[in-house]
Amino acid sequence: MGRYIARRLLWVLLVVILVTFLTFLIFFVIPPVDPAILFAGRAPSQRLIEEVRVSLGLNHSFWVQYALFLKRIFLGDQYGWPGFGLSFVTRSPIRENFLTRAFVTFQLAIGAAVVWLILGIFIGIVSALKRGRWQDRASMGFALFGVSAPVFWLGLMGLYIFWEKLHWLPGTGYIPFGESPSQWFLHFLLPWIVLALLFAAFYARMVRGSLLEAFGQDWMRTARAKGLSENKVVYKHALRASLTPVVSLFGADLGTLLGGAIITETVFNLPGLGTYVVRSVQNGDLPVIMDVVVFASLAVALMSLVADILYAFLDPRVRFS
Amino acid sequence: MTTQTSQPSAPHRKAGVTPLLKVSGARKYFPVTRGIIFQRRVGDVKAVDDVDLEVYPGETVGLVGETGCGKTTLARVITKLHETTAGKLEFDGEDYTRYSRRQMRPLRRQMQIIFQDPYASLNPRKTVGSIIGDPYRIHSVVPKDQIKTSVQGLMERVGLNPEHYNRYPHEFSGGQRQRVGVARALALTPRLIVCDEPVSALDVSIQAQILNLLEDLQREFNLTYLFIAHDLSVVRHVSDRIVVMYLGKVAEIAPQADLYRDPKHPYTGTLLSAVPIPDPDLARARQRIILQGDVPSPIDPPKGCRFHPRCPKAQFPICATEEPQLRELAPGHAAACHFPLTGPGDLVARPLPGAEAQGPG
Amino acid sequence: MTGRSRRDDTEDGQPLLEVRDLKVHFPTADGLVKAVDGVSFKIHRGETLGVVGESGSGKSVTFLTVMGLIGSRTARFEGEVIFKGRDLLKLPVEEMRHIRGKEMGMVFQDPMTSLHPMYRVGYQIAEAVLAHEATTKKAAWKLALNLLGKVGIPKPEEAARRYPHEFSGGMRQRAMIAMSLVLNPDLLIADEPTTALDVTVQAQILDLIDRLRTEFNAAVVIITHDLGVVAEHCDRIQVMYAGRIVETGMGRDLFYRGRHPYTWGLLQSIPRLDAGQSQRLLPIKGLPPSLIFVPPGCAFHPRCPYVMDVCRTEVPVLEPAGGPHMAACHLPMETQERIFAETVLQPT
Repeated sequence: MGRYIARRLLWVLLVVILVTFLTFLIFFVIPPVDPAILFAGRAPSQRLIEEVRVSLGLNHSFWVQYALFLKRIFLGDQYGWPGFGLSFVTRSPIRENFLTRAFVTFQLAIGAAVVWLILGIFIGIVSALKRGRWQDRASMGFALFGVSAPVFWLGLMGLYIFWEKLHWLPGTGYIPFGESPSQWFLHFLLPWIVLALLFAAFYARMVRGSLLEAFGQDWMRTARAKGLSENKVVYKHALRASLTPVVSLFGADLGTLLGGAIITETVFNLPGLGTYVVRSVQNGDLPVIMDVVVFASLAVALMSLVADILYAFLDPRVRFS
Repeated sequence: MTTQTSQPSAPHRKAGVTPLLKVSGARKYFPVTRGIIFQRRVGDVKAVDDVDLEVYPGETVGLVGETGCGKTTLARVITKLHETTAGKLEFDGEDYTRYSRRQMRPLRRQMQIIFQDPYASLNPRKTVGSIIGDPYRIHSVVPKDQIKTSVQGLMERVGLNPEHYNRYPHEFSGGQRQRVGVARALALTPRLIVCDEPVSALDVSIQAQILNLLEDLQREFNLTYLFIAHDLSVVRHVSDRIVVMYLGKVAEIAPQADLYRDPKHPYTGTLLSAVPIPDPDLARARQRIILQGDVPSPIDPPKGCRFHPRCPKAQFPICATEEPQLRELAPGHAAACHFPLTGPGDLVARPLPGAEAQGPG
Repeated sequence: MTGRSRRDDTEDGQPLLEVRDLKVHFPTADGLVKAVDGVSFKIHRGETLGVVGESGSGKSVTFLTVMGLIGSRTARFEGEVIFKGRDLLKLPVEEMRHIRGKEMGMVFQDPMTSLHPMYRVGYQIAEAVLAHEATTKKAAWKLALNLLGKVGIPKPEEAARRYPHEFSGGMRQRAMIAMSLVLNPDLLIADEPTTALDVTVQAQILDLIDRLRTEFNAAVVIITHDLGVVAEHCDRIQVMYAGRIVETGMGRDLFYRGRHPYTWGLLQSIPRLDAGQSQRLLPIKGLPPSLIFVPPGCAFHPRCPYVMDVCRTEVPVLEPAGGPHMAACHLPMETQERIFAETVLQPT
């Protein structure tokens, strides 16, 4: 197992480097806007622009800039390790802002994950057990809806109904838990649900399919032949075998979200990594973009690794291959 | 069967007749790899390990053995569905071991294969007419406008209704699908057909139909068969000569009657003893040798004679250290054993670690 | 061992299991599949019954019904399945569950897929114990180890901690047998237990079943298509075709005095180790019938070389011939004996 993990970690490293390289290249070759000009202020003179360019380090060649970037990531900069660097736009260390926003995204992602896991698995089980009957059709109808409805539409509809019309919810924005637990919760409730709906639908379908496949397996017949109660047969035997694909997918999904749930954050005005990176792309704030990219790709790669380890834990056949 | 260099004359080598198929020293190893970044080969699954085999025109050679013996791999190697790791393959004197796909083409018209699983070996998206007709199209043997009539002729010959030309495999039963497989193999009137467990997946009453069909076709089209199966009764029924394999090596070769009347290799003896006979009195009177343990894995075969850990007649140290060579013990009858059976009553198990005679253990 | 007290239920002479006119029909989109269509037989304690038939004969469905493994939502049942005096078809589901696995056990065909891949082997056996007995996990585990030893698995303590995929097919089948016997059932049903195994392993497993049958004093049913297996391991044999029993009797009755054309057909169509090689196989012509459109009268009549007019209209019933040997065929007994002697008996 240790060998397996070591190999995977090397791949993680490779993937992150490759992704960052490509991103860097893209922004270098086609910058949306020259940050030097943007930063230099109104009607800047050519000399001012040049000075700004030097101060931002933009006068170096591509490879030097990239090398400097790698250096600060791996070795840290004057603000700590890992080195987040300085924002082109604010001219201040990215670190604090990044971490705060990452935390917001984290809370959003984890909360949604809990909701979608519980909802998805529950609906999937009900569907599989009541296959063909109205519960199944209703659940799959819901699943179709969840998969098809765009997140922004759901968000806006939710806000319209629950905030504007019913006044049940206090509105958009982020209230830290420390400030007011109840407000924190109410502000996160709709984003969690909206974000989770899509995934729940997906997972419900997957769990249903997985369970139905498990029901057709020979070992189910053996379990019944032993005289096990139907509960044990479904939950200890069938469900256990059905969870492995869920685990795999969950790793990738959660990892992706941790890198920023752009649409949801935008609709609900949450100061997370998603909104951060969008703004930075518009401003050409390359250090921020690179930081988010590193973070996001790391999140996905590591979460996938965790998911795979969990998978091996669940399915002993994978352990020994 | 045996190489010219070290062995005495091969069993039954017919004077002056070129074998239709000659396999010499065939090996097929599948690598086992480990490693973090770069996969290192740490071992091999020795699926086929130095096999010699000759099939003469017009005969049926049966190839029999249990899981892991390598018979299916050998069939794949012979038909070039796998590449050999080592060894030589000759068809009617032509060495085709290293042939490319293009070079193999003309040879494929002469050498065909029927597969085991009638449910998996037919493309479910093609009509049976098109499946059977494919060989004609690929090899441009028959003009396009005559393909359909040729195919229907074949269908009739194998016992299928030619009007079902446009039906799909799933509309047929297992036995009928197997007939489609046979028709497909026959299309190019090959000289050699490798039958890889052609009746194992079929019901008993259908098996007999297919076996009879194969028999009739052999006479009519002057075919040569290499018949692979795990069912000894079936193999015995169809074969002129039989090759018994164990863990990638040939254990015994003999004409059909000799093998069953007078097996020389202890493995063959135990194999025969294990086959249930549909005759209660005979069954009760029989002496049963029940082997202990499972067939070992071909990744790490036992040293010396591969069968020695389970052999009721193994003697130490020689059986555990020296690999026995295939030796001719009677005309046409060879076995790879240091202490071959001397007669029908010879296989009484002595209580040895790992062996068990009839009765509780 | 637990369970022994229940043996007092049946008197000597009373059958352990009696099936009366069992019918199992599956309504499907294509029509009503009559998988089992009027089957009656008895099984006594300690005997071995062989049930022979090809696919579609109804042999598996019959015993899946006995075990209660066919849901009442998927099939319609008629008739009675009386086990130790109780009609299992009328039992509530929970009560049936208590019998299943404890008083009767079943072993299935494919050992590669019959065990749950994610639980240890010992756990799966212990689970069977815990489902029926109020005992501790430790005691259940010990019982599992005990059974693993009895079925010939070396080093049971280590083996029990392993997962199924670490075992060979033969070992897995032994584990399955252990699982089905762990609570000392009165009836063991083995559905094609060795079809997926190598012939030497097959011999080991059947030998094991023979030994355990005496040790556990259980009745054994071996369902198979292999006539050799039933000849060697079964006291009584019944032959099924298209959901009905066509012939039943002691082993010697069927093989030396067979009275049904289907039985003859089977005997003539199998290649045998003890026959002369040049003997041509005589296959049964035609194909097994559809279970939706079962031929009227005798279901075998379209394929029978000796068909008479009455066969096309009247369903033959099992006629006794003296003793336990019965056949469901309209041919008069003398004709049956003559045909058998002339065409089926192997010249030795």
